[in-house]
Amino acid sequence: MTALLEVEALEVGFAGGTAAVRGASLTVERGETHCLVGESGCGKSVTALAMMNLLARGARRSAGKLAFDGVDLLPLSDSAMSRLRGDRMAMIFQEPMTSLNPAYTVGSQMTEVLRRHRKVPQRMAVDRAADLLARVGITAPGMRLGQFPHQLSGGLRQRVMIAMALMCDPQLLIADEPTTALDVTVQAQILRLLATLQRDLGLGMLLITHDLGIVARVATRVSVMYAGEVVESAATAQLFANPRHPYTQGLLRSVPVPGKQRRDEPLGSIPGTVPRIGAGFAGCAFRERCEFADETCAQTIPRRSASPGHDYLCRLPA
Amino acid sequence: MSTATPAIEVKAVRKTFRVKGGTFGTDRHVVAVDDVSFAVPAGGVLGVVGESGCGKSTLARLILGLLEPSSGEIAVEGQRIADMDRRARARLIQPVFQDPFSSLNPLARVRDIVAMPLRAQGNIDRAEVTRRVDEMLARVGLPGEMGQRLPTELSGGQRQRVAIARALVLRPRIVVCDEPTSALDVSVQAQILNLLSELRRELGLTYLFISHNLAVVEHVAAEVAVMYLGRIVERGETDALFRKPEHPYTRALLASVLTPEPGLGVPDVGLGDILPDPANIPPGCRFHPRCPIAEPRCAVETPPLKPRPGGGVECLLAP
Repeated sequence: MTALLEVEALEVGFAGGTAAVRGASLTVERGETHCLVGESGCGKSVTALAMMNLLARGARRSAGKLAFDGVDLLPLSDSAMSRLRGDRMAMIFQEPMTSLNPAYTVGSQMTEVLRRHRKVPQRMAVDRAADLLARVGITAPGMRLGQFPHQLSGGLRQRVMIAMALMCDPQLLIADEPTTALDVTVQAQILRLLATLQRDLGLGMLLITHDLGIVARVATRVSVMYAGEVVESAATAQLFANPRHPYTQGLLRSVPVPGKQRRDEPLGSIPGTVPRIGAGFAGCAFRERCEFADETCAQTIPRRSASPGHDYLCRLPA
Repeated sequence: MSTATPAIEVKAVRKTFRVKGGTFGTDRHVVAVDDVSFAVPAGGVLGVVGESGCGKSTLARLILGLLEPSSGEIAVEGQRIADMDRRARARLIQPVFQDPFSSLNPLARVRDIVAMPLRAQGNIDRAEVTRRVDEMLARVGLPGEMGQRLPTELSGGQRQRVAIARALVLRPRIVVCDEPTSALDVSVQAQILNLLSELRRELGLTYLFISHNLAVVEHVAAEVAVMYLGRIVERGETDALFRKPEHPYTRALLASVLTPEPGLGVPDVGLGDILPDPANIPPGCRFHPRCPIAEPRCAVETPPLKPRPGGGVECLLAP
């Protein structure tokens, strides 16, 4: 059986020659959570938008392969793509307030999703919306359907977004920093909900985050992005136990963990800043910040295999 | 230490805001900080944790003298902040805020941003300003040529270094850090936390360190105060508090910390969906609507402060 989502050698460029995504490949299997992790500007959100064909005008996308459930997405027309989006592949974003329409009730926005993709009477769509609101842990769903987004707290809004994404029974859910704008206790509640839904509904999920704590707790598989490239990819336990890429190692050392370091003992950090990648850039994008770098890092970097299913983009041997 | 004057002393401070109810509504009173007392010893670090709307940023502004308390008193190094003039206050206590984008003038060069507090003093000559700006930029790890740049030409981490340089250029004794790393990437956050802790040791600074991130607070602060709807509901020495949290809210906050340990899954924090509203504080224990272990009396009785070594807890059910 083919994987649910297959992306090979994805390239995204913007006007002005900025290369946002450079040859990224990743696979989301059915029923697994694949986390795409990296810092701001690494290209993780652009990767997701490129998959959904939601890039801003002026962006250029190309890929060796982009397939969803065995269907090649590259030649699809805009209208064919929009029939898939919100239906079999759904997406939720970081800021639920800006992705919900403030002028319409929760109920009308939720039913619109279903009626856009399926021929169902309004009555059935309302029932489905109420069921899903209950499913995402919202009490009194009937009342919430009649409310406007501004009447809901951030956590409730994100629950509504999740319920809305589930209206058409998607196979793939792409979640871009779904809890970043939320308080920590609410974040834990929403992540727990997403993990439960993912398991119960057998969803394939691509979760984009900058937070390694979230990755460790929810991911089946992890891909680490840096400057537009996937620099390391592995099963979650493998990545945390045996990170191979110096950037992954640096990121893991940077996270404060209660009880791990002594107070005031310096955290491991990565010196310097992410370089600007223009056209014609060659070699490893991390070399300026890497303690192991030498002159060979300016040449083409091999993708090495540390073990089956664990590869990384670095000249250093496994 | 106990007889020495604390660097920060907050006594029974309360701050209420009036929120206009609109054309037809009635005005409401929001109690942002409600009868808060604590002291931070010179050279110490007190971490303040809590979620949005808990009053932690209002507390920071009160201590900085940017807001006046509705009642109660705040003293910095033994002097009432209300009695100090702005220049004296600036020499004693300085802020570092969360968002280095909005807290730096986008039209001013880095050098001028860092020089501003010195110039505002009005009695420091030009050569001395230049000398101290150069020294400070170097101290926070910014190369000299960065001085000519505009904030928009810097990365988030570099901008936060500028904010730190500006805060320290008058050599204050106390720095109030309000979510200083929340807008930064994790690798940059580590750089800034390391810099803040180096500077504190070298310059003998006292920090009030406000954050929603408990792991960060655990790393930098020797003592922690947990705020909920304007009150400090638990306070204590950091290691003890992390080892044995007594307040159910502290326990929920700790449970929400997602450490990078695979296989543990996402914990059930055990809180309901009713979110705290500072304009509508519940009677009795203000946490009871969300509390997983609340009893009927928690909705009626106000929990007293039960003292503990180095702090205390406000929960009726704590022993």
